[in-house]
Amino acid sequence: MLYREAGQFKASYEEDQQIFPILQDRIGVMLLIGFFAIAVPLFADQYWLKAILIPVLIFSLAAIGLNILTGYAGQLSLGSAAFMAVGAFGAYNFMLRIDGMPFLVAILLGGLCAALVGVMFGLPSLRIKGFYLAVATLAAQFFIVWALVKIEWFSNYSSSGVITAQEIEILGFAFDGPQSKYLLTLFVVVVMALLAKNMVRSTTGRSWMAVRDMDVAAEVIGIRLMRTKLTAFAVSSFYCGVAGALYAYTYIGTVEPEGFNLDLSFKILFMIIIGGVGSIMGSFLGAAFIVLLPIALDVFVPMFLGDLVSSSFVSNLQLIVFGGLIVFFLIVEPHGLARLWQIGKEKLRLWPFPH
Amino acid sequence: MQFFFEVLIGGLLSGVLYALVALGFVLIYKASGVFNFAQGAMVFFAALTFVGFLEVLPGWTGMEDGGRAVFWLAFLLTLAAMVLLAIATEKFVLRPLVNQPPITLFMATIGLTFLVEGIAQGIWGANVRGLNLGIADVPIEYMMDNFNILISSFDVFAAAVAAVLVAALALFFQYTRIGRALRAVADDHQAALSIGIPLRHIWVIVWAVAGFVALVAGMIWGARNGVQFALTFTALKALPVLILGGFTSVPGAIVGGLIIGASEKLAEVYVGPFVGGGIESWFPYILALGFLLVRPEGLFGEKHIDRV
Repeated sequence: MLYREAGQFKASYEEDQQIFPILQDRIGVMLLIGFFAIAVPLFADQYWLKAILIPVLIFSLAAIGLNILTGYAGQLSLGSAAFMAVGAFGAYNFMLRIDGMPFLVAILLGGLCAALVGVMFGLPSLRIKGFYLAVATLAAQFFIVWALVKIEWFSNYSSSGVITAQEIEILGFAFDGPQSKYLLTLFVVVVMALLAKNMVRSTTGRSWMAVRDMDVAAEVIGIRLMRTKLTAFAVSSFYCGVAGALYAYTYIGTVEPEGFNLDLSFKILFMIIIGGVGSIMGSFLGAAFIVLLPIALDVFVPMFLGDLVSSSFVSNLQLIVFGGLIVFFLIVEPHGLARLWQIGKEKLRLWPFPH
Repeated sequence: MQFFFEVLIGGLLSGVLYALVALGFVLIYKASGVFNFAQGAMVFFAALTFVGFLEVLPGWTGMEDGGRAVFWLAFLLTLAAMVLLAIATEKFVLRPLVNQPPITLFMATIGLTFLVEGIAQGIWGANVRGLNLGIADVPIEYMMDNFNILISSFDVFAAAVAAVLVAALALFFQYTRIGRALRAVADDHQAALSIGIPLRHIWVIVWAVAGFVALVAGMIWGARNGVQFALTFTALKALPVLILGGFTSVPGAIVGGLIIGASEKLAEVYVGPFVGGGIESWFPYILALGFLLVRPEGLFGEKHIDRV
C-alpha cells in the first residue's frame, strides 16, 4: 500500500535520471540520514558511537571501495587494508608537513595517494586475471605494510611506525568528542556513498560492469580495458584510502602499519560477500553485520552458557561462527543481505495483496 | 661461495616445504576447479590433530609414550580425521555450491578456513606444541667435512619425503583406476559425468588426498617450527609458488616451490641488508607478480584462450 510507484510519472530527463527515482525511496533515505544525523547523536551513548557506529560507517566506506573493484569491475582484491594504510599515512603526512592543512583536504589527498598506489598495483590486472590477480594483490598487501614500517619518514621516525593522529579542527571548530567525530564521519561517508551510487550507473560504472561480465566482449564493443580497469583500481583505492584516513583520525587515533594486515583485508572482503557483491546498500549492511557479530557473540555467549566457557573458547567459537556463517550465506543467499533487502522491497510493493 | 651455497640449499629445502603445501592446492584445483584457500588451515588442523593424538593416546590405550605404535596409530587416526573433513566439506560446502561461479567457491573456502581453524583450536587448544619425529636435526658430517657446507639431516629427510610423496602421487594419478578418473574430472567435469564417473566420490577422494598431503606437510613443518597457529601462514607463502608454477601443474608446484624458497632466502641475505631486512614477507609475491607479467599462466599452467 505504502510502497507503490504507480502514478509517479517521469516527465523530464532530470526526473528520470535521479538517483532514487521512487518517491518513497527518497523519503526513506532522507529519514534514514535524518535519523542517523540527528536522533542518533542526541540519544546514543559514548560506547555506541565510539565502538559501533563510527567503525560501521568507516568499514562501510572501505567495503564500498572494495565493492567497486570486486563487485562492479570484477577484479578480486585481497589488499584493501593496505590501501587503507596508505590513506591513513598519507593524510597524516599532509597534516604533519603542511601548515594549516584543512582536515577534509588532507583526507582527500590521502585518498589520492591511495589511488595512485592502487593504479600502480592495478597495472598487472591488464595481463593477469582471476585468482592470479587475487594473489598478485597480496603483493600490495605485504609490500605496502612492510614499506610503511621500514621507511621511517612515513611515520615521522616514530618507533615501529606508530602514528598518532593529530587533532581535527575545521574552521576553528575542534572535533574532539565522539559526537562530533561521528557526525564528521557520517558526513564524509554519506557524501561518498551517494557519489558511488551515482558513479556505478554512469558510463564509468557501466563499463566496469561490462568488463566484469566478460572483458573480451567488453573490449570488442569498444570499451577501453586499460582505462576501465585502472579507473576501477583508482576509485576503489581512493575510497579505501579515505576510509583508512577516517579510521586513523576518527576511530582509532593511534595506528601502526601492522594494524592494516591481511586479516583486515579479509574482513572487508567478508563484508561485501555477506552484504552483497555489487551493491552499495550491501556494503553498509555487510559492514554492520561484521562489526556487530563479534560484539554480539561476546555478549550473548557468556549470557547463555554462563561460566561454563573460557574466553579462549569464545574466541574459537567466533572463528567457527564466522566461518560457518560465510559458508551458510554463500549457500543460502550468494547475493548477500542486499538481495534480502531487495526481496523485502518487492514484497512490500504488493503488500497487503497477494498478487 | 660456501655461504652462498649454504643459503641456496637452505632456501631450496624450505622451498620443498612450500611445494608440499602448494601440492595440496594443485590437487584440488585440478580436480574440482576450486581454489582451496583452506589448505593452510588443513595443514594446521592435521598437525594439531596429530600432536593432540600423540599426547592423549598413551593415556587412553596404555601404550608406551613416544613409542612406534602410538606414532602410527596417531597417524592413522589423523588420516581418518582428514578423510572425515573431506567428506564433510564435500557434503556441506561443495555440493550445495555446485554450479556457482569459482569466486563464490573461493570465498566459501575462506569461510572454511576460519571454521577449520576454530574447530582445531577448540578441540586441542591454542598452545604451541613441539613435535618430535625422531629424526635428528644435526648437520650432515660428510658434507661438512668434504665441502664445508652446513646441511641439516632433517632438511634432507624432508626433501626425501616430499620427493617420495610426489612420486607416489604421480604413480597414483597415472596408473590407478581412481587416478584416471581424477584426471578425467580435471579435464572436463561434464564429460566425466557423462561417462559415469561419480563426481561426488571423486571430490571426496581429492580432498582426502589433499588432506593426506596436508598431514605430511604439517608433520614436517610442525617438527621444524613447532605446531602453532603460524602454520596457517605457510599457506600464504604457497600462493606465489602456485602462480609461479601454474595452478594446474604438479611439477609446477615443485619447481615453483624451489624457486620461491631459494630466491627468498638469497634475497633476504644479499638484498635485505640494503633495505632494512624483512623482505622475505613480500619478496615472493613481487617475484611472482613480475613473472606473471611475462607469462600470465605461470611456468607450467595451461594456456588460457578467451572466447566471447
